[in-house]
Amino acid sequence: MKNRKPTHIFEKDISNCGLTGFISKTGKLVEGSVIIKSISLMHDRGNGLGGGFAAYGIYPDYRDFYAFHLMYENDMALQLTEEYLEQHFYIEQAEDIPTRRIPAIANPPVFKRYFAKPLQTAEYKEAVEFQNMTDEDVIVHHVMRINNEIEGSFVVSSGKNMGAFKGVGYPEEIAEFFRLEEYKGHIWTAHNRFPTNTPGWWGGAHPFTLLDWSIVHNGEISSYGINKRYLEMYGYLCTMLTDTEVVAYMLDLLIRKHGLTPELASLALASPFWDIIDALPQEERELLTAIRQVYGSALLNGPFAILFASNEGLIGLNDRVKLRPLVCATKDDFVYMASEEAAIREICPNPERVWAPRGGEPVIAKLNAGVA
Amino acid sequence: MKIDAQGVYYRDLNAKIRAAVAAGADKIDLVNVNGQYFIGDGINRPVTITISGVPGNDLGAFMNGATIVVKDNGQDNIGNTMNAGRVIVHGHAGDVLGYGMRGGRIHILKDVGYRVGIHMKSYDENKPVLIAGGKAGDFFGEYMAGGVLILLGMFTDDPHKAKHGFRFGTGMHGGVIYVRGQVDEAKLSQEVGVFELSKEDRKELEGYLKDYCKDFKLDLKEVLKEKFVKVLPKSKRPYGNMYCPMPR
Repeated sequence: MKNRKPTHIFEKDISNCGLTGFISKTGKLVEGSVIIKSISLMHDRGNGLGGGFAAYGIYPDYRDFYAFHLMYENDMALQLTEEYLEQHFYIEQAEDIPTRRIPAIANPPVFKRYFAKPLQTAEYKEAVEFQNMTDEDVIVHHVMRINNEIEGSFVVSSGKNMGAFKGVGYPEEIAEFFRLEEYKGHIWTAHNRFPTNTPGWWGGAHPFTLLDWSIVHNGEISSYGINKRYLEMYGYLCTMLTDTEVVAYMLDLLIRKHGLTPELASLALASPFWDIIDALPQEERELLTAIRQVYGSALLNGPFAILFASNEGLIGLNDRVKLRPLVCATKDDFVYMASEEAAIREICPNPERVWAPRGGEPVIAKLNAGVA
Repeated sequence: MKIDAQGVYYRDLNAKIRAAVAAGADKIDLVNVNGQYFIGDGINRPVTITISGVPGNDLGAFMNGATIVVKDNGQDNIGNTMNAGRVIVHGHAGDVLGYGMRGGRIHILKDVGYRVGIHMKSYDENKPVLIAGGKAGDFFGEYMAGGVLILLGMFTDDPHKAKHGFRFGTGMHGGVIYVRGQVDEAKLSQEVGVFELSKEDRKELEGYLKDYCKDFKLDLKEVLKEKFVKVLPKSKRPYGNMYCPMPR
């Protein structure tokens, strides 16, 4: 395993933090300036040690290619990673991620993106023909290898027609650095970080991603150790030094690999307490009992509000006793979710409905069929 | 006097409010508020602050005698350790309202979130009252030590939602909760029991509700149409034997 920096391995993270996100269910493209406005309203929920965004629908010209966003801490990392990518992928396009040098951002790493498809190598054929792996499995495998084996190289995102942009700074500074106002997407999420237990470094900013999953999180996952060891059994390796990383991989495991619906996956992450399960009608009781028994190691303990997005839609979820804030609103075909109602009102002054979801009750907003 | 809060950073806005209070203003209208934290915190004078827009978290914390009228929805942590005065919210409000509140009134028209009235307390003539006109989330009256919590369940944006959540009155060891209609006993914590109102209770409750109805121009008769129940703690020391049995 590579000797990565920083070397702290604390098993906890963050306490405050702010998050916001929205989806146009009909796939209307919205400029980056809108999400920037919403997250900037919650400036004081962070402390300048992490800001980030996930955007969907931003690369329509390359929609059939996996969009790899890579972060490099040194030249050697870049060179080794590009050699690795060329060995395993057909690369349609490789380019710098456009950035703007601003005084607020100190010592940024180098960012590049690659629009790529797996090459039909012997290794690929072996994986697909004899190990029943899908293209997605192959991508996950490569992401884990790059993150774990190439020192100073990290995959920031790896999904189709989406991308994550994150780093050390306030979110509005990160947005300026990455020129986010130049992108248009139909789902956006944003995060303002206040790290308390793990280092504020570029890889530790939110969102955390895998394929087209992206997670922003406010809270602290005290079950990180259990979750991490459970994921390791399925080949997911945690390399970002922050608890939120397990949520991204857990959703990939539960939804993509095990075929759970987002509703059931949410019930595994935030299962009701046993006394509440025991009081339910038989069918529900049996279902929830089975989920808790099978996915006990997927349960997220500790306070959290998370937004997770994918090319399918946007989902908001609280821990079961709601120890972190989450407010939702709707207006026309848009669904908004944020830590504070004001962050929604800033970009949607007159929502049709505003509500606070119950703890453990996912709010699921899917893109309409056939969109994007 | 009127203060336009459009795009004003919370510190600058609160400095302006404090300056106006210090200069002797009786009425302050804040317009275009959106998300500014700490409005009205620690204000010691009977000034009325009217807010258009959604004020940020920790509204009216440590407030001592002022009145805040919010014409829209409120957020989390309203009236934290409030001593005296009044907060009126003409919409819904978030979690942890009236945390450790020691006096005064908080009147919310619609739904409230989790942990409302957490650790409210009272002493002699200092008796806080928090009334929610809509529905409440889990942990209503958590660790409540004194004062009065009232839940009406009448004015809600979510008719399908239950009137109150789970873990109702967890750790409650003082004060009283009145609920219009019935409570769901399966959702009550072990620390509380449900009782009928006495004549004195009814009189006291009517006084609080009259005051509430006046703030929102509601018909008191309509509110009193349904019977109320009273939720009280079974013990003043619910966790006395939790770790190590102690002599009583």
